[in-house]
Amino acid sequence: MIRIIPKLDIKNENLVKGIHLEGLRALGDPEYFAENYYLNGADELIYHDVVASLYDRTSTLPLIEKTSKKTFVPLIVGGGIKNLKQIEKILKSGADRIFINTAAINNNKFVKNIITEFGASTLVVSVEIVKNKKDYYCRKDFGREETDIEFISWCKNLQDIGVVELLVTSIDKDGTGEGFDLDIAEKLQKFIEIDYILNGGFSKLDHFLNVLNICKPSGFAIGSALHYNVLNHKINSNKFDGNFEFLKTKKRFNNFSKLSIQDIKKFLNKKKSIEFRKI
Amino acid sequence: MKSLVSIIDYGMGNLYSIKCALDEVGINSIITRDSTTIKNSQAIIIPGVGSFSNAMKKMKFLKIDNVIMQHHFKKKIIFGICLGMQLLFEKSYEGKTTNGLGILKGNVLKFKTNKVYKKNFNVGWKKIEIENRNKNSLLSKKDNYMYFIHSFHVKPSDNKIITSKSTFNGQKFVSSIKNGHVYGFQFHPEKSSKIGLDVYKCLKKILNK
Repeated sequence: MIRIIPKLDIKNENLVKGIHLEGLRALGDPEYFAENYYLNGADELIYHDVVASLYDRTSTLPLIEKTSKKTFVPLIVGGGIKNLKQIEKILKSGADRIFINTAAINNNKFVKNIITEFGASTLVVSVEIVKNKKDYYCRKDFGREETDIEFISWCKNLQDIGVVELLVTSIDKDGTGEGFDLDIAEKLQKFIEIDYILNGGFSKLDHFLNVLNICKPSGFAIGSALHYNVLNHKINSNKFDGNFEFLKTKKRFNNFSKLSIQDIKKFLNKKKSIEFRKI
Repeated sequence: MKSLVSIIDYGMGNLYSIKCALDEVGINSIITRDSTTIKNSQAIIIPGVGSFSNAMKKMKFLKIDNVIMQHHFKKKIIFGICLGMQLLFEKSYEGKTTNGLGILKGNVLKFKTNKVYKKNFNVGWKKIEIENRNKNSLLSKKDNYMYFIHSFHVKPSDNKIITSKSTFNGQKFVSSIKNGHVYGFQFHPEKSSKIGLDVYKCLKKILNK
């Protein structure tokens, strides 16, 4: 089974989505989306506080609590995590696992400390990468900060430390709906033994198939493709604050076919005999 | 209050999610480490994620192990989840060999790895196959997917207490047990969607009897 994991980027208590991690637009109440995905068969949920690392805070705790009351699947939370105390608070609020990116790059030891304190399975390391000529390099601070860390050497390093799962985001493909970067899939298949969730670009059923012809990820993280489908069903912008102007134009919707979690699972079952749990 | 369930807080595991699941099915519960509250409860839930030896150390430090044993001698319901189930057994080989509560006979072992199966962490949804069909197992009759996150598994001495098995790395392992008033689940019912909540619904029926 491959987990289908809606990824919800959160900014100021709103669900947001951008392209290449930029130009974030408010889409609505994250709880509403999370519950919708839970009922539609999401195998896990990701909350990513996208401005937390910028403002040095974790403001998502009340949201995690509220979400835990309505969704009964595992919740991975990340964004701006810098110390063990924050992790304890996030887990106490109802999250099951946490992910870090910037803090892992800044301090290798922190990764080890998390594994010792909370167990390896509690930690997912997010690896957010951009292509430069033939190679891929890690970014930190939600894509804002470049590094000279080559992607595969970094993943190997994390694997050696004892990390058991990665969340690999192709920033180049994020929000574009063009499909996941298959060169990344190939590199992971060749060099990495631990589990990895792939994120960035998924919008059509064939995109998943293309990846599965190369490698076997532990999960697919999906943002825009699912969010816009929910919006197509019901837009209740009265309830939300934030910039909803672009929603009215419906421009961005055209890049995405109408995808639901169940559609993806049924398709993968048909084409690749991948088992899925019925809802 | 009727049918109060204590979710034992010894500093390990996602307690809040269990509380949310119990709220959802209408079981009155409290997250606590207070021995009087635990003594007065009809059932206890032992949660847990993390290392076995660390968990036992914390339990002993808080003297919760004694409270659990008293509860057990009164034959009141014990419900262990993940590491919370493993702690019910005699011994774990996680890190240095550590003694558990010994309520159930058997040991806790690490998943084997080999050239084909290199991973020893079982994270994700796995099917449970019902064993020794027992209508009091708290499991529905159908085989279904549950959410697992662990790298150790239990091996009971008595096969009759096994209520389901699952497969990881090509190895079958015990995914739930029942022995009288003692229930154990390697998976997380509170994170296993509606089918997981059904486990708590069954628990509610037993509590209301």
